[in-house]
Amino acid sequence: MRKAKKDDSGNYCLGIESSADDFGVGIATFSGEILANKSDSYIPAEGGIHPREAARHHAEVADKVLSEALSKAGLKPRELSVIAFSQGPGLGPSLRTGATVARALASYLEVPLVGVNHSVAHIEIGKLKTGAHDPVTLYASGGNTMVTAFESGRYRVFGETLDIALGNCLDVFAREAGLKHKKGLPLGAAVEQLAAKGEKLVTLPYVVKGMDLSLSGLLTAATTALQKGDCKLEDVCYSLQENAFSMVTEVTERALAHTEKKEVLLTGGVAANKRLQSMLAIIAEEHDARFNVVPLEFATDNGAMIAWTGVLAFQHGLVTALDESFVKLRWRVDKVDVPWIS
Amino acid sequence: MDKLAEKTLFKKGAEASLYLSDWHERRVIIKLRIPKKYRPPALDEQIRSYRTVHEPQLMHEAKVAGVPTPLIYMVNVPESSITMEYIEGQQIKQVLNNVPKAERHDLCVKIGDSIARLHKQGLIHGDLTTSNIILNPEGKLFFVDFGLGEKNIELEAQGVDLHLMKQALQSTHYLFWEECFQSVLCGYTSVLGVEVAEEVYEKIREIERRGRYVEERKK
Repeated sequence: MRKAKKDDSGNYCLGIESSADDFGVGIATFSGEILANKSDSYIPAEGGIHPREAARHHAEVADKVLSEALSKAGLKPRELSVIAFSQGPGLGPSLRTGATVARALASYLEVPLVGVNHSVAHIEIGKLKTGAHDPVTLYASGGNTMVTAFESGRYRVFGETLDIALGNCLDVFAREAGLKHKKGLPLGAAVEQLAAKGEKLVTLPYVVKGMDLSLSGLLTAATTALQKGDCKLEDVCYSLQENAFSMVTEVTERALAHTEKKEVLLTGGVAANKRLQSMLAIIAEEHDARFNVVPLEFATDNGAMIAWTGVLAFQHGLVTALDESFVKLRWRVDKVDVPWIS
Repeated sequence: MDKLAEKTLFKKGAEASLYLSDWHERRVIIKLRIPKKYRPPALDEQIRSYRTVHEPQLMHEAKVAGVPTPLIYMVNVPESSITMEYIEGQQIKQVLNNVPKAERHDLCVKIGDSIARLHKQGLIHGDLTTSNIILNPEGKLFFVDFGLGEKNIELEAQGVDLHLMKQALQSTHYLFWEECFQSVLCGYTSVLGVEVAEEVYEKIREIERRGRYVEERKK
């Protein structure tokens, strides 16, 4: 990153998110107002995300989503002062599509380009939308499951999954159970609905290792329990959720006790799950901390979070030169300086 | 009956509350695993009683391995409580930030030495952090909080154990974690020998490559 010129002025940042299956465009003002947040999701015919197909989807919908966002915000492209994009982590082909659009826009409009870390963006939009100031954050999605908190200059990772992500665990189980991904009903939500009808707790592994956790064994055990045929699907969904969520909640509580922070923030796609929300609300209360959950619209991957984090970075003099704007597939959150928090 | 005097809350952790009390003129810590309201009761009870039973066993075996741990006085499974010796001293977490580099090195070598002794005995601590090691005034290191520990001789478990220590150093002692971890490895190697230790280190690298978004994953 190079230092931005001090005299760069303007009011609107357009952010592009394309790290996985969503192509999102958001527009934020420099004071943190979200003017638009539009997206279009790639829904695979079967199986999980095929990176090349997701990228093809993103390229196809890019101009549509861009125009929707601009018209929602009532802005012309020329009025934009910064273009931000999700630079990583994520799937290469998907990220590259968003990065290409961002580079083209920034070059054409002759405005600065800001590469944003996707994980940092999930935390920042959560803080913006809930008013949380210095939280212990559980960021749980299809690609990430980590507990972070700010500590001298960066978001430090206090605990994380040693293998698969929480959302991934639920999604793969759902597919194994024959559930289908429909528009408006993500697989995780389908599991949540079934789990609400479950009553019997099936014994499944509970694997917490220090502040870390492991979910792959749980996924295998839940799938096996279902395939054996002597458990109801509702009961397995219920048990899978209870075990997995108890594990992440235990780890979050440990980070809360360790850091002694007074806020908990739940962000990322799995934040939509009401049961997970209720578990975290309980531990927050027990530690006299305020519980915050990111609103649904900003829980899943979205352009607004990239736009807002782009604003924060740009205001602190961070811009990304074109020749440094390559995507970073494995850009860990604890490698990113966040100078906007003091 | 072993009556306990009044107990006062000493530390509220995430997993258990520690109370300070007196028992037969000894200062004791009562570790109470309180029910967790967020978990379904059946799962919660299973987890708490499992940990309450296993923790004292592991602490005993640690002593056999030559790693000091608090003495166990009483275990009450239905209540999920353990009464143990109170160790006078300071958590390594505080000590590390306040001592000169050479002393830091010596402490970390000692920590690595103790971890190796545990592993040699087939013990996995399961939650190696600088909060779970206490330095007493005589300079002896006590390991506490074996609630997530297990008996396991597999390389995988040993690798994860050290990986956790590394992460704890990274998140809590980010200014000098690298030098600390090097010293830990130095102590670890001195007990297990270069060959065995090297196998564990390779395992750590493998575990880290398995993680999400790790730079060296694809190498």
